[in-house]
Amino acid sequence: MRRFARKYLNSLSGTAGLAIFTLALLAAVFAPLFAGQNPYDLGQLSILDSRLPPGSVGGDGQVFWLGTDDQGRDLVSAILYGLRISLTVAIVATAFALVIGAIAGLLAAQFGGVVDAILMRMVDLQFAFPGILIALVLLAVLGTGLDKVIIAIAAVQWAYYARVVRGSAMIEKNKEYVEATKVLRFPALRVMWRHLLPNSSAPLMVVVVVEMASAIALEATLSFLGVGLPITQPSLGLLIANGYGFMLTNEYWLSLYPGLVLLVLLISVNLIGERLRQMNDVGESR
Amino acid sequence: MITFAMRRVVQGMLVLAVMSVLVFLAVYALGNPVATLVNPASPPAVIDQAIKDLGLDQPLHIQYLRFLQGTLQGDLGLSYNSARPAFDLIFERFPATLELTTVAMLIAVGVGIPAGLIAGYRPDSVPGRMIGGLSIVGISLPTFWVALMLIVVFSIETGWFPTGGRGEVGTFLGIRSSLFTLDGLHHLALPALNLALFPMAMVTRLTRAGIQENLRENYILFARAKGLSPSRIIRVYLLKSVLIPIATVMGILFGVLLAFGVVTEKVFAWPGIGKLIIESIQTSDRPVIVAYLLFTVLLFTVINLLVDILCVLIDPRLSIAEAK
Repeated sequence: MRRFARKYLNSLSGTAGLAIFTLALLAAVFAPLFAGQNPYDLGQLSILDSRLPPGSVGGDGQVFWLGTDDQGRDLVSAILYGLRISLTVAIVATAFALVIGAIAGLLAAQFGGVVDAILMRMVDLQFAFPGILIALVLLAVLGTGLDKVIIAIAAVQWAYYARVVRGSAMIEKNKEYVEATKVLRFPALRVMWRHLLPNSSAPLMVVVVVEMASAIALEATLSFLGVGLPITQPSLGLLIANGYGFMLTNEYWLSLYPGLVLLVLLISVNLIGERLRQMNDVGESR
Repeated sequence: MITFAMRRVVQGMLVLAVMSVLVFLAVYALGNPVATLVNPASPPAVIDQAIKDLGLDQPLHIQYLRFLQGTLQGDLGLSYNSARPAFDLIFERFPATLELTTVAMLIAVGVGIPAGLIAGYRPDSVPGRMIGGLSIVGISLPTFWVALMLIVVFSIETGWFPTGGRGEVGTFLGIRSSLFTLDGLHHLALPALNLALFPMAMVTRLTRAGIQENLRENYILFARAKGLSPSRIIRVYLLKSVLIPIATVMGILFGVLLAFGVVTEKVFAWPGIGKLIIESIQTSDRPVIVAYLLFTVLLFTVINLLVDILCVLIDPRLSIAEAK
């Protein structure tokens, strides 16, 4: 583990990515401590402070470093809370997709035959269509909301994990130590959990990070299009969408800064993914 | 080759059949269109009449058979919003989407492949490193946000380009397209650039990865040992071997562009099928959603088929591998 960490930190861009992502994670977790106000407690907002440009000082002496929106909401606070929602959705959705995909991949590799054929045809079908299209249709069917967005993202992404886990499990399966477990009559579940899964972990880690980035982007896009999160749970994507309406009146900051935060977050995750890929020597997955 | 193509055609048709059931079931569960079309406060008789007119009072399997029959005849019913045939709406708007997608694809491939070649062949040179870094930024850029920023900078602040819409449509050789008028091109520039950014980064990365993989192969080492010039190695050996992944990518790319077109079309008010589907989803316009889905499923199946066949034409060994 320590060797792994040292090797990882050997790259400047990988280290930078990890540092930025950790910072974003901390900012999201401790958002209430850093934020100047709770942006969704209407009692703390003053309509007199509405639509102030970045750097303005509000009525009660508070400095709005990135300006305010039409309801006098401090943009820094809104971004911190938005980051929280965006990261929560991405992490939960990634976890779901990982669990479902890993189980499907292990089952396909372990049992082969019909199980394998059915699961892999489902994966193929999924890969034939771009993720955002599938998510759009699912949300059209399910309706919008936090839980539905998570379901839609997980439904789009499980196939990537399934394919990777199946691929490496198939390679491991033919090795002697797995044959030994058969001789010892270990239950299939134990073989899958203790032997096949750990050996898929290196390529799996790369996919987790890469798909995490695409989960963040997918949620933001869906929310921007108005089929993602409800207005009561303003993620970064929704903040950008809200700012969209004020662009023509030159209040560009409402879209610019949440977008920059989103961009930096995505770059940091992709940098981590790039570094892990380099270390594992895994080719481009798509 | 012919058996291979036939097998792929049959597979494609199976996919279409499965998708038609999935699409129908998915959309059947989609909201209640009556609530959006008729004022819920209307008398029950009016609501019942609306349900009857839309055929929603029939059992599910009858609705499916009607749907299948209609689909095969190219008739999916009228849009709930505009009372026009759903397929007509799709076909009317598809040229605009095709135009945007094609131009974006040309930009993406035109920049992406050379950039990937440079970055793959000389990963540690200054341009190689820059391309590598930029491609990370490229895949991280949220398309919708970039669209907004392009509008702020190039339309609102400088006034160089229009904020949205499709320009004047000209006719050339019987094809109607906004590519043939200056005004059309002027309107097309920003949306096409916006749509091209993500796939451009993707093509760059894939080409780079393909080149790097091949550089380690013995045949390249041998070519180098023979003293061949780098440009000859790239042109004759490397390009050939990365052609297959690139052909596959072009297929995927078309899908990505069609999908992200939804975002670009919405922001730039581009009157294509992407904007149509978003509006239809927001208003639960079932016939249009179904028509869109069936149309894209067909489009994707055909593209995947063509890509598979193209790959076999490039490398005939693939069809043998498949048969085993």
